[in-house]
Amino acid sequence: MSEAIKQPAVTDGMIQMQGVHKWYGQFHVLKDINLDVKQGERIVLCGPSGSGKSTTIRCLNRLEEHQQGRIVVDGTELTHDLKQIEAVRREVGMVFQHFNLFPHLTVLQNCTLAPMWVRKMPKRKAEEIAMHFLERVRIPEQANKYPGQLSGGQQQRVAIARALCMKPKVMLFDEPTSALDPEMVKEVLDTMIGLAEDGMTMLCVTHEMGFARTVANRVIFMDKGEIVEQNEPNAFFSNPQNERTKLFLSQIIH
Amino acid sequence: MQTHTFKPDLPPPALSVGVVGWLRANLFSSWFNSLLTLFAAYLVWLILPPLIQWAFINADWVGETRADCTSGGACWVFIQQRFGQFMYGFYPSELRWRVDLTLWLAIIGAAPLFIPQMVRKGLYGLAFLVVYPVVAYWLLHGGSFGLEVVPTSRWGGLMLTLVIAAVGIAGALPLGVLLALGRRSDMPAIRVICVTFIEFWRGVPLITVLFMSSVMLPLFLPEGMSFDKLMRALIGVILFQSAYIAEVVRGGLQAIPKGQYEAAAAMGLGYWRMMGLVILPQAMKLVIPGIVNTFISLFKDTSLVIIIGLFDLLNSIKQATTDPAWLGMATEGYVFAALVFWIFCFGMSRYSVHLERKLDTGHKR
Repeated sequence: MSEAIKQPAVTDGMIQMQGVHKWYGQFHVLKDINLDVKQGERIVLCGPSGSGKSTTIRCLNRLEEHQQGRIVVDGTELTHDLKQIEAVRREVGMVFQHFNLFPHLTVLQNCTLAPMWVRKMPKRKAEEIAMHFLERVRIPEQANKYPGQLSGGQQQRVAIARALCMKPKVMLFDEPTSALDPEMVKEVLDTMIGLAEDGMTMLCVTHEMGFARTVANRVIFMDKGEIVEQNEPNAFFSNPQNERTKLFLSQIIH
Repeated sequence: MQTHTFKPDLPPPALSVGVVGWLRANLFSSWFNSLLTLFAAYLVWLILPPLIQWAFINADWVGETRADCTSGGACWVFIQQRFGQFMYGFYPSELRWRVDLTLWLAIIGAAPLFIPQMVRKGLYGLAFLVVYPVVAYWLLHGGSFGLEVVPTSRWGGLMLTLVIAAVGIAGALPLGVLLALGRRSDMPAIRVICVTFIEFWRGVPLITVLFMSSVMLPLFLPEGMSFDKLMRALIGVILFQSAYIAEVVRGGLQAIPKGQYEAAAAMGLGYWRMMGLVILPQAMKLVIPGIVNTFISLFKDTSLVIIIGLFDLLNSIKQATTDPAWLGMATEGYVFAALVFWIFCFGMSRYSVHLERKLDTGHKR
């Protein structure tokens, strides 16, 4: 994972967060978050637990509601308008820490559900696309199994394939490897690296600093609901500017 | 380099498998269990032989009147002679083929749903659910296309029991699911309405509901306006049972992890698709035992319509036992009623076990 990957072109703006604030009751979780993400950019968010990094990316498809500020994704602003929220969600794929596959559906059905019901794709076409992405995450042979019959790493790769089947413009990863056994982390990371090489716009909350070094264009460090520091990975790891960042890095890199 | 040799698999000890193993594990695992086993065996020995003696060995099976029952055991002649009434109530005998046909149509119509290879099952099932009630009502009630009208006051026996149970189940399940969803809705108005509805219907006894529908409701209706007694009972049963179903389904909805809702929402599914495709299929599977429990109790509660003078299976039997020609046949009558009820309830229970197994995709986390 050490050699840097090919760098696809970074072009237009994809996500704008301007002065975003969020509270859980009295608790101020996000404080004045400003973030611009261009198409093809790969961003890693890191920071101690409770720093608001997951909440930040969950605001981008409105799994969490922000109370102040503006969030625009692919030209659509996220407001209370359900139509707009669903429009954004169609274009933004998400991969969760606990996979969240639908246990009552087979792997293939998991992958075809949204394309068929949201994109109104005919079943055959949806299955074709699903098989294409299952091959990409290298588990086409599991297509007719149920999620409960797969290992954690396989389930997470299915979850990635499922998100890709919607042909999203942005992929959000919320600690995709944190719930995996150590020997399965690599297969998931390799899949994500492959995705990055194809030019997917990615925002990834992770503690995998090796992944951040290889894949990211930008690493963002958050603490106590604020973006404390951001930089391109080499500079970020070798020359952190902020006291808090230094402490964090010293704690996670042994 | 060292290689590790794994030990071979050995068979389990002989005493832990087979008949002996099963007996030891299930009946004689401790002195207390052995004692219980012996006690239970004694009870069976005490009850079963006299019962068999009464019901089979000393029983009278053929004949026409009470005088044919001479051997001192059960007089099944009574059941045999009144069988028609127990099944159809006062439905005119020359028109009973219509009831039979309705039942056969249900069996034949539903059969394809149980064939695994059947394509477009959902569509067919929906069509069946829409078409069958119309046809069944037409056949049972008549009144158009040349069928003679049989008013619902003449319906009775097992047929009436099945009509109430089937309509009750078919009506209460969808309504209960909607109420459960409403109770968990984000919209306060809908939530309040659903909670009020559920708590109201759960708070009153079914017997009161039936009584009110039959006696009180006509008092409030404008003069000259009345509608069918059976119809009122059916509406009462549906509303009452839907409240119970709603609470069972709510239990299932609460057991679905938040991540499932989030994953469904994140891929752009709206509320109804998220519920219909992702959440409800899982929640309903979880609550099959609870739902079937409610259905079984609904099926047995149909006998409460006796309070408003409808002649369901139990009331038909009760009526027959008061016939002077057949005095003293109450035991046979009620045993028969119990048997019929048991067959249906046990059938539902077995089917639910089968469903649970079939739908198990091994995802317990």
